[in-house]
Amino acid sequence: MKRLQSLTLLLVLFLTGCKAPPPSAPAAAPVAQSSSALMVFAAASLTDAFTEIGESFEAAHPGVKITFNFAGSQSLQTQIQEGAPADVFASANMQEMDALIAGGFIAQDAPQILLSNKLVVILPANNPAALENLQDLAKPGLKLVLAAEEVPVGRYARQMLDQLNGQFGSDFKDKVIANVVSNEDNVRQVLAKVQLGEADAGIVYASDAVAATDLQIIEIPDELNVIAKYPIAPLSNSANAELAAQFVAYILSPEGQVILGKWGFGPIE
Amino acid sequence: MQKFFHRLLNHSSSKWIFILPAAFLLALFALPLAALILRSFSNDFLIHAFSEQAFHALQLSLVTSSITTGITAIFGTPLAYMLARWRFKHKSWIEILIDLPIVLPPSVAGLALLIAFGRQGLFGPALGIFGISLPFTTAAVVIAQTFVAAPLFIRSARIGFTEIDMQLEEAAHVEGANQWQLFTEVMFPLAGRALVSGAIITWTRALGEFGATILFAGNLEGVTQTMPMAIYLGFERSLGTALALSVVLVTVSVVLLLITRKLENREG
Repeated sequence: MKRLQSLTLLLVLFLTGCKAPPPSAPAAAPVAQSSSALMVFAAASLTDAFTEIGESFEAAHPGVKITFNFAGSQSLQTQIQEGAPADVFASANMQEMDALIAGGFIAQDAPQILLSNKLVVILPANNPAALENLQDLAKPGLKLVLAAEEVPVGRYARQMLDQLNGQFGSDFKDKVIANVVSNEDNVRQVLAKVQLGEADAGIVYASDAVAATDLQIIEIPDELNVIAKYPIAPLSNSANAELAAQFVAYILSPEGQVILGKWGFGPIE
Repeated sequence: MQKFFHRLLNHSSSKWIFILPAAFLLALFALPLAALILRSFSNDFLIHAFSEQAFHALQLSLVTSSITTGITAIFGTPLAYMLARWRFKHKSWIEILIDLPIVLPPSVAGLALLIAFGRQGLFGPALGIFGISLPFTTAAVVIAQTFVAAPLFIRSARIGFTEIDMQLEEAAHVEGANQWQLFTEVMFPLAGRALVSGAIITWTRALGEFGATILFAGNLEGVTQTMPMAIYLGFERSLGTALALSVVLVTVSVVLLLITRKLENREG
């Protein structure tokens, strides 16, 4: 009974406390913070490179705090359309950028290409299916993991297989697709399944293969490869337009490009 | 001071102390679901909901979650019975082991399953001798669902068996019943309600399983792509598909809950 009383007391205090007029809060703090905080939405494949660029940008701009949201480009696009507060958007594909331009979230002429990225085939270190070349991807019974068609890298991988049809025969792509055991929801999942040795092969960006250990790589000739170009742009309604522009400029500068190169990304061209 | 609160409690308005917090929580449950349904109607709901991909995903979800529930009932009932009625060493450790999957994030479950039963996992080579490779198969979906959802059945069934009067058990012993007769003729019928409601919870939890499945079983239409996975990928492609599939899953869950609730009431 005593316990019930004290619980009721707590509840009553809580409820009446809610009705009390709010104490006058200091209004200055949030304003000061928003001028030095930047929210960057970036494709999952940029995780390592952008984290390092963010640290070096923060070091060069004392008091600035950059927060990253890394996810599949499509998810980021949806999040921004649903009102997520982003200052800068870096996509693995122009398609998401175009959708945001159409929706008025990004100015028509704002996007700039920040890097290029190509595809590679990855194998577990012990190469359980004994793959020797690209043509072996069609070997019956191979366990191949791709990113889903909805994800840019998954779309590029299928485009690349289309182009290989010309080289290895018109049914090559169908044979390869028949070997797919899983369509993962992002490129890091493809990487993980191959690293763990659960899949015999996967197709990822060259940049993902650089960041990973315990892998064998089969290169794809440039003329048959799909070269992805990543666009970046500040958002129109960013509260920190100036800082957002500075961050984009920093990534395009030689310093930013060196860091991107270190993580396996190609130059802008 | 104490008198004041007594008076407050006795006053008829004191019932609001219960109603208000309850309403807040109910609103948290109801509002997002209502928003989901409202938003989905403005899109091409029917086109998305009756696509081939949605049908495959629904079918796979229903089949795998039913198998999971069956396996759980067969293997979980004896376990719950032992935990409720028998005395043995290290019982509390076994109980903690059973409760762990409930509190662990499903991604941990998926990773653990992969590390244990994956091709390169701890027991992978042993399974390989028999030509079994679990990841990327429908069997892996069932294993992931069972790992995550079975403890809910065991919990409910254990409570059901525990609540049965000790005197009934003693009376059965006096009549000369053995363990099996005691179970089938006394315990099982009396705990039936708890078993059914445990099975419902396990079924619906299995239907919604996502995290462990995508890590352990992967995602392939018709083989391992269950409803929650199709919804997640729908979110990547277009919000309309994700919304439509979500509404289908909510509807299926409500229908399942209604049917099983009816069954439960008839037994009781």
